[in-house]
Amino acid sequence: MSPLLKSMLLVFAASVIGSLGMAFLKMGSAHLTRSPWSFLNRKLLFGIALFLGSSVFYAWGIKGKDAQLSVLYPMVAMGYVWGLLWAKLFFDEALTKQKFMGLGLILLGVCFVGLGS
Amino acid sequence: MTTATTAIPQSDPRARRNSFLLVFSCTILGAAAQLLIKTGMDHFSPHLLALVTNIPLIAGYSLYGINTLMMVLALKNGEMSLLYPIIALTYVWTTLASYTLLGEPSNVYKNVGIATIVLGVAVMGRRGDK
Repeated sequence: MSPLLKSMLLVFAASVIGSLGMAFLKMGSAHLTRSPWSFLNRKLLFGIALFLGSSVFYAWGIKGKDAQLSVLYPMVAMGYVWGLLWAKLFFDEALTKQKFMGLGLILLGVCFVGLGS
Repeated sequence: MTTATTAIPQSDPRARRNSFLLVFSCTILGAAAQLLIKTGMDHFSPHLLALVTNIPLIAGYSLYGINTLMMVLALKNGEMSLLYPIIALTYVWTTLASYTLLGEPSNVYKNVGIATIVLGVAVMGRRGDK
């Protein structure tokens, strides 16, 4: 496997884990009150843990001379695609036509950036 | 006479503007964190002494952590759909910084790709029919 392909797979994994973390942060932020202790709710902490976990995958992915940030960072945008899935599953948000259009554009953009590597 | 309200309603324009500003700042800090983490990871070595003296990596992750907390606050008061397009600016800042500061090659595929991604995020977050 080429170093860049390995980097891409790691960043891909990071995008899945990170977007899941975002969903949990959203769930957890609903439980925030004026008390600073409200930060210690399970969902928020799990969201932070997933965020940190995804950043380990990501950091591993962008390490090295062949790992161009201008190619790998845009791949993080695939998190939006997973985000739509979590929004449907966890928040029962509607999947509208425009969301599908946005999703298609993001995937197209990630492909373009990949071609530029 | 009514007592002062404790919670800010979601539609409060001031709360919304604050969320906007907070997220915009996050995009700049986020790009700076990416650059620091990249620089730090390129000098990565799995030894304790090397890790605790890897200033870019530590600074990058600290910034990333602060950024995450700021994002939580912004998401609490703001509507996710409105904040999406602003968050996408991070892609622009990071790519520009990769070209200028890291010396990565710029080409038309990358630039068109970034523009398409930002457009996609904006379209996805646009408030429209339910």
